[in-house]
Amino acid sequence: MSNLLQFSISEVLSLLEKKEFSTKELVETYINAIEKTKDLNMYLTTCFDQALEQAKISDQNYLNGNQRFLEGIPLGVKDMFCTKGIETTASSKILKKFIPTYESTVTQNLLKEGAINLGKLSCDEFAMGSSNETAAKGEVINPWNFEEKRTPGGSSGGSAAAVAAKAALAATGTDTGGSIRQPAAFCGVVGLKPTYGRCSRWGIVAFASSLDQAGPITRNVSDAALMLQVMSGYDPKDSTSSNINVPNFYNDLGKSIKGIKIGIPEEYNSNGISSDILEAKDITINFLKENGAEIIPVKLPLTKYSLPVYYIVAPAEASSNLARYDGVRYGHRINGNSLDEMYENTRNLGFGDEVKRRIMIGTYVLSSGYYDAYYLKAQKVRRLIKNEFNEIFKQVDYLVTPTTPTTAFKLGSTQDLLTMYLNDVFTVPASLAGIPGISIPIKLDNNKLPVGIQILGKDFDEQGLLNVANVIESCASFKDTPNGAAS
Amino acid sequence: MTNANKNSNYISGKTGDWEIIIGLEIHAQVLSSSKLFSGASTEFGKDPNHNVSLVDAAMPGMLPVINQTCIKQAIKSGIALNAEINKYSVFDRKNYFYADLPQGYQISQYKYPIVGEGSLKITDANGEDKVIGIERIHLEQDAGKSLHDQHPSKSFIDLNRTGVALMEIVSKPDLRSPEEAASYVKKIRTVLRYIETCDGNMEQGSLRADCNVSVRKPNGDLGTRCEIKNLNSIKFISQAIQYEAERQVEILENGGVIDQETRLFDTSTGETRSMRSKEDAHDYRYFPDPDLLPLELTDSQISEIRSDMPELPDQLVERLISEYGITKYDANVIAEEKEYVHFYENSAKNRDGKLVVNWMTSELFGLLKKNNIQFNQNPISPNYLNELVELIENKTISGKIAKDVFEIMFATSKSPKMIVKEKGLEQVTDDSAIEDFVDQVINENKDKVIEYLSGKDKLFGFFIGQVMKVSQGKANPGLVNKILKSKLK
Repeated sequence: MSNLLQFSISEVLSLLEKKEFSTKELVETYINAIEKTKDLNMYLTTCFDQALEQAKISDQNYLNGNQRFLEGIPLGVKDMFCTKGIETTASSKILKKFIPTYESTVTQNLLKEGAINLGKLSCDEFAMGSSNETAAKGEVINPWNFEEKRTPGGSSGGSAAAVAAKAALAATGTDTGGSIRQPAAFCGVVGLKPTYGRCSRWGIVAFASSLDQAGPITRNVSDAALMLQVMSGYDPKDSTSSNINVPNFYNDLGKSIKGIKIGIPEEYNSNGISSDILEAKDITINFLKENGAEIIPVKLPLTKYSLPVYYIVAPAEASSNLARYDGVRYGHRINGNSLDEMYENTRNLGFGDEVKRRIMIGTYVLSSGYYDAYYLKAQKVRRLIKNEFNEIFKQVDYLVTPTTPTTAFKLGSTQDLLTMYLNDVFTVPASLAGIPGISIPIKLDNNKLPVGIQILGKDFDEQGLLNVANVIESCASFKDTPNGAAS
Repeated sequence: MTNANKNSNYISGKTGDWEIIIGLEIHAQVLSSSKLFSGASTEFGKDPNHNVSLVDAAMPGMLPVINQTCIKQAIKSGIALNAEINKYSVFDRKNYFYADLPQGYQISQYKYPIVGEGSLKITDANGEDKVIGIERIHLEQDAGKSLHDQHPSKSFIDLNRTGVALMEIVSKPDLRSPEEAASYVKKIRTVLRYIETCDGNMEQGSLRADCNVSVRKPNGDLGTRCEIKNLNSIKFISQAIQYEAERQVEILENGGVIDQETRLFDTSTGETRSMRSKEDAHDYRYFPDPDLLPLELTDSQISEIRSDMPELPDQLVERLISEYGITKYDANVIAEEKEYVHFYENSAKNRDGKLVVNWMTSELFGLLKKNNIQFNQNPISPNYLNELVELIENKTISGKIAKDVFEIMFATSKSPKMIVKEKGLEQVTDDSAIEDFVDQVINENKDKVIEYLSGKDKLFGFFIGQVMKVSQGKANPGLVNKILKSKLK
């Protein structure tokens, strides 16, 4: 068969079942694609031998008619997920050569259903960043206009780039303040951040526990539904995972959205937002109208506080979550003449600047004398933001916003940290509220770079969210392929 | 100050009396087979790093899950200490770096503990009841152990204890002397052992205390306190408080000021020394652990535990007094350990409670102490003590003979009936046999009989003694008395 890389998950599953090609051929094709796209610097570690072994099992299962839900689907896994026997570094020097003895619940769920792990994908160090520039092994290059060396976004930059460059059929990501949605927008793929608690956090390197959530990055909406189906579920090992029914996410796709109320928040319209993005938003609104949805302008006045709240809460949790990387038990250690000196050496050389910066901010906002003014206040405002979303969802079913203020910028072009942090301005509110959000590509801008639109929904309404996204996707009919993709 | 107001708890210094103010933080290891947030075993004495799960070692991506057994144990302890059970409590992270603290933080409870205010009745130095306030009980993780003496340049880390559940029981500053503090710790230990929420094993570190000590002029303003960390015996707690209070008095009387600091007690010298000052105190950056949801309890959960509570020591003391007619002092002695109570109640079944308590607390405890035997190794079963007392009650043997029998029981674990039978120690209660002994004594002491009959009443005791002697102590003293009286008319 000609180009196996072009097929989506559902297509691959049906073709494998029809024995049009074997899982082995499929995995070999992807291995080849990974080799061809090496210059994009997406994979930190590959596990091809293991993948080929798995492919044999998958082929056997197809032969026997025992195929599982995602039998033979070759995936890339963000390096934040602990993978048994495979180096897991969270893109940090401090976890160099760390090989977990356990598999994260989410990746285990995928493997259990027959998915195949091709390797570990780069990300910002400990998922802290919006450009993949903080990765210890260097930045990932966006496959769109790859010669211009643009950012794939972050933190799941490797995941989004690999899916766009066809170096993985789909990938896992984690989203703390936009780390799935923003890179998905920059790379022209679909990125879904589920409701907080939908997927287990067990075995995912923690950045900010109250915000971290795993989700899929895929070529299209129905693939996202299939991936989420398997990734989701209550896990007694994660006290914050929700013991709530996992519905069938893909069967309802294609359902009419007639009469559904879509809110357009006026605040998601900051200075510096590019006209291409505003245009994409208008196009999307038209698609929705054409399909019978009711468009309602809404106000979310607390939106402006989201970014400051996020940059207090996330670093605070991170400063504590990252205390375990002390060189004592695993990972990188640089000796010193005393315990304190060993800590200092290890953490000084083990962590990059952005991680250190956030640890310092987090330590500061939790310090006695500052706690009330920063952390406690931020938590209160976070609660108000959540309430504001709850209220708005009494009026509308979904919200449509741009995913990012701009399209992918050039690597190294953003010197100013605040500008960098502003990348997350449209994605952070949903993270703080814990609600699900999805980014889907709509069009290309003048620079031939993809523009993403974000849809937000109520807690645990991923099903409806995917359905709306599916409608927009059909209308947008975004079929372009980046010039850096494997073929 | 008049003598009547003189308080024996005071320290008398050059400038007058000083009152000691003590508050205790007791760390009691929760009796549970697994740790507070992981499934690892809590078994004591395992090889280093044997009881360690991925969570305990703080591997990346690991998450804590609350052990419901530990929650129940804390609630039970709170109920036993007459405390309010908080239906809403929160686990916080207490952040600090140490090599035996893998997470870089201890999960504890800060603003919202699981148990609120309560109280505990203790017996003060004068034997009077005194109620000590409990401020709160919270649950927290224990840290691991650093071993610094295993290698010339390296420290070793043992994580077996890491994550084991502790209850921190914080008292109000209501204690006024080292003796009261000791009595309080003993009572807490007794209560927790009773309800089986802590084994109270101080040598193994299952129960240890931090003592906050300050001194003041009687009824004056509170002084600056020092905290003495990690005392693991009741003796050390008393010694450390005494030393620390005297140290503070000496400083104050010499015009000095007390620095608020954390101190350590040196068990070899009996002195406390500074560990760190207030300025060096850690900023623990407490914040709610985002990996754990707030702990919410329902009324039915709490009332279920409440209805399942075993009898508590104070209730038991009341019952022992009314049911067995023993003194409060004796009841308190028995109530100190559950195994004493069990033993006592079995021994006293259908017997004279007072008699049994005397045998138990003086004879049995005496022999155990003399032979350095633990109570649970006690060779005498409660059935046999019951039997022995029965033999006394039905006059098969006299109290004096019973002591000999008891010693044989202690040495051989044999039944007292068997011993009495084998050795022929039954009391003679047969009138004719006693009459024979009496006749023999009268015949052998005719001169004394004449003296007695002529008015020397005091000789009666002599005749009793002689009859007992002739009967080898087996004659029933009451009968001897009666028969002698009738024969010597």
